[in-house]
Amino acid sequence: MIAAGEPAPDFTLRDQDGEKVSLTDYRGRKLLLVFYPLDFSPVCSDQLSIYQEVKPQIAEKGVELVGISVDHGFAHKAFQEKLGIDTPLLADFEPKGEVARAYGAYIEKAGHANRSLVLIDEEGTVEWVHESPTPLEIPGANVIFDALASVEA
Amino acid sequence: MCGEGELLIVYADLACPHCAAAWLEICARPARLAFRHFPVASKHPRSPALHAAAEAAGLQGRFFEMVDSLYADRGRVDDPHLWERVEALGLDLERFEVDRRSETVKARVRRDFESGIRGGVTGTPALYSPG
Repeated sequence: MIAAGEPAPDFTLRDQDGEKVSLTDYRGRKLLLVFYPLDFSPVCSDQLSIYQEVKPQIAEKGVELVGISVDHGFAHKAFQEKLGIDTPLLADFEPKGEVARAYGAYIEKAGHANRSLVLIDEEGTVEWVHESPTPLEIPGANVIFDALASVEA
Repeated sequence: MCGEGELLIVYADLACPHCAAAWLEICARPARLAFRHFPVASKHPRSPALHAAAEAAGLQGRFFEMVDSLYADRGRVDDPHLWERVEALGLDLERFEVDRRSETVKARVRRDFESGIRGGVTGTPALYSPG
């Protein structure tokens, strides 16, 4: 898994609307990458729903939220609509898991990302990382807020 | 109030099917239940209204009765269905309507939700036993 202090690997992926999104698009703002296994899985659904509820508070701290999984943009679109969320979801679809691998968040045996959070600062450097011990464990929103408080300190 | 005994704190979403399925079992536990509002509005758009309704019923002393009713009949949660419940519980409908839209009720629901977030709640129902 990538570590704090390292430069965040650049990427360009398509979002749920088919639009290209690059890491450099977020230069000048903090970005929280939410790697998660699969759209529509129960655990991922709970995780993204919880984050949606606190997204305004996260935004107040100057942090943008983006989800990344190996699902295609069409699945992302349907997943957004099903959950009622507006967090952009990026398709790490082809080559499968390439971005997750670059961040050390890919589980080869499973064919999807592990549940991981990567906070990237305004200059594109990793500030904080959280890797769930298993894909079944959701990092609560409290983990995010504690991380944001720790990097502000 | 469900049960007596040691305190059990439950974070629940009144529109959540898992919470509805677990509610009877939770109430059957030998514990004193403290309900904490945890509406996940993105997943269940009607949830905030149901929590406000339960809290408003609570202001007239019938909180758990409203919760029981909402979980027992999840398909009927529009305003007319809430009014039917209010009348069935013998509550003052006018007062209920004012209370459920009040800042006091909204703040109480929000306070519970934020306490759940700070406590690491990631899904419902979530049960905590202090100490």
